Amino acid sequence: MAFLELDGVGKQFGSQTVVDDFSLAVERGEFISFLGPSGCGKTTTLQMIAGFLEPSRGAIRLEGRDLTKVHPAKRGLGIVFQSYALFPHMTAAENVAFGLEMRNVKRNERAKRVGAALAMVGLKGFEERYPRRMSGGQQQRVALARALVIQPSVLLLDEPLSNLDAKLREEMQIELRQIQRTIGTTTILVTHDQNEAMSLSDRIVVMSQGRIEQIGTPQQTYERPASAFVSQFLGKTNDFAANVDRTAQPARLVAGSWHAPAPVGVTDTVTISLRPERISFADSGLAAKIVTRIFQGNHWLFQCETECGPAIVIRQNDGSPQPGEGEAVRLDWRVEDMSLRASGGAA
Amino acid sequence: MTAAADTSTQTAETRASWALTLPALMLFVGVLVIPLLMTVMLSFHDWGQYKGIEPVFILKNWQEIASDPYYAEMFWRTFRIALLATLITAVLGAPEAYILNRMSGRWKGIFLLLILGPLLISVVARTLGWALLFGGNNGLVNKLLMSLGLIRAPLPFMFTETGMVVALAHVMMPFMVLSVWAALQRVDPQIENAAMSLGAGAFTIIRRIILPQIMPGVLSGAIIVFSLSASAFATPAIIGGRRLKVAATLAYDEFLNTLNWPLGAAVAVLLLLALVLIVVGSNALIERRYAEVFR
Ligand SMILES: Nc1ncnc2c1ncn2[C@@H]1O[C@H](COP(=O)(O)OP(=O)(O)OP(=O)(O)O)[C@@H](O)[C@H]1O
Ligand SMILES: [Mg+2]
Repeated sequence: MAFLELDGVGKQFGSQTVVDDFSLAVERGEFISFLGPSGCGKTTTLQMIAGFLEPSRGAIRLEGRDLTKVHPAKRGLGIVFQSYALFPHMTAAENVAFGLEMRNVKRNERAKRVGAALAMVGLKGFEERYPRRMSGGQQQRVALARALVIQPSVLLLDEPLSNLDAKLREEMQIELRQIQRTIGTTTILVTHDQNEAMSLSDRIVVMSQGRIEQIGTPQQTYERPASAFVSQFLGKTNDFAANVDRTAQPARLVAGSWHAPAPVGVTDTVTISLRPERISFADSGLAAKIVTRIFQGNHWLFQCETECGPAIVIRQNDGSPQPGEGEAVRLDWRVEDMSLRASGGAA
Repeated sequence: MTAAADTSTQTAETRASWALTLPALMLFVGVLVIPLLMTVMLSFHDWGQYKGIEPVFILKNWQEIASDPYYAEMFWRTFRIALLATLITAVLGAPEAYILNRMSGRWKGIFLLLILGPLLISVVARTLGWALLFGGNNGLVNKLLMSLGLIRAPLPFMFTETGMVVALAHVMMPFMVLSVWAALQRVDPQIENAAMSLGAGAFTIIRRIILPQIMPGVLSGAIIVFSLSASAFATPAIIGGRRLKVAATLAYDEFLNTLNWPLGAAVAVLLLLALVLIVVGSNALIERRYAEVFR
């Protein structure tokens, strides 16, 4: 039995279905990310787990116990809000202490745990500061400390890093991951930043329009996207239409002038999905012409016009000569680097 | 040389800004400062039943106010009434604003209109409403209660302090609701959820999280209501009439009935001074108390 289970959860606002048939099993200590574009229902799902919204359908269970029957104040979950929602009239220490006060923790014990929590997020010496007098990153840490100090069974994070600048965000990502590893709290992170989801999570739940598109490890979702949506959402991707030539022996998978032995089970027209960095220039393969060549420091970016439509190719800058703009090239790739989908939809 | 050029452009800019503010400044001086100064001067003039106003400089009016306990009692009544009305608007208005803020879209609009609508109606009309309901034997509510046998004599409302406090609180309520409402708009909408997730119950959330955050709004609303109530004229004039006077109605009577303008001016100036002191003082206190948190 999984630690936290969402079973066919759905949410409707009036006639609008915002979350539909959401099923997920989270193991104890796991770090899960909900990833998807704005408005796809990530926050709504999180708020249903937190108890601020009631699911229209389905069940949410924590250690086998029905969570939807428990009042939000009694769920014992730690939540970090997108806006942090710190109490502006309380100091950092008072903010962190609030949850312990509600649990009637004794004053001495409380002070000790508040001090430890603030130290853990690197805010020693900021105890008496008011939130308005702190930077975004510091406020974010207070919010994290406030959620963690009550030793929550699950930590819910709603885009906690979205208000920070790129550098600070990266630092906080590393810190967040370290803290989570150290104390082992089961964590669900909501984000629309694919890099954040990839670098932090054990598993990613990719969502679109209230539905789960794919659940998998970062590698799985990146290398084996289950749908066109997933492959496009997780970084750049090339799609080529291909079909199977059964007249050849053995049957071939053909895309323009590129061909390879057809994988078993593939019989019809399919879409080949390929990451740009997995394509190489070769003597034979898909015929293409380089439209633009962009130097990006550690790699080159080529925009090509191929027999099967436009494509992007990324090559490491390893010092070897690269083809120039306007040059005719052949594109090749290894069979195991591509993923196949039935044309138009999910695999 | 550049420095000289800088200063000359600076003076030109300063001159331009002065020139631009001049019309407003003249209006301000013309309709506010000059009459005010004249009122202050008037309060030092002499007055007699037959000789009228004499433009001399004496302290007679101020001495009269200071020595006659009638004035002390009247000022004390004025501020007591204003304070009670302020308390009532705070106690009723703050929850009202909070509930209003939690309503969903359409209802919020309707009720906001209901609360602010009275501002469009004259204070006189609103106060007369109270007089119609409670005015002596003919007041509607009094009649109803008496015919039901719940009371023997009409409820004392007209010419009482209670009546004045109730009517003032009613008239001033929109200012308090608006002020608290503005403070509520600055509260993070997720903050109650945050407190709830940490284990706080509904009552604790209001007492520990919401109230401290809207307190500046309640206090600034209180300052507005207090100063407006203490200097209110129409409501005390209708409810209190000539029998129960407050500072504003007394000054009015001195001006228009007794024709003792200097004494009326002294009362008005004293009311103004007291209010300015109270408002500036409490504002400074509030600013200091909340500077740390809300800046
Ligand atoms: N109270 C509500 N009433 C009606 N519709 C709502 C309500 N709350 C959210 N929605 C709708 O539900 C959808 C999902 O909202 P949600 O906040 O879960 O998105 P999200 O994935 O968190 O997006 P973002 O990344 O922008 O935060 C949106 O289309 C939104 O308009
Ligand atoms: Mg959201």
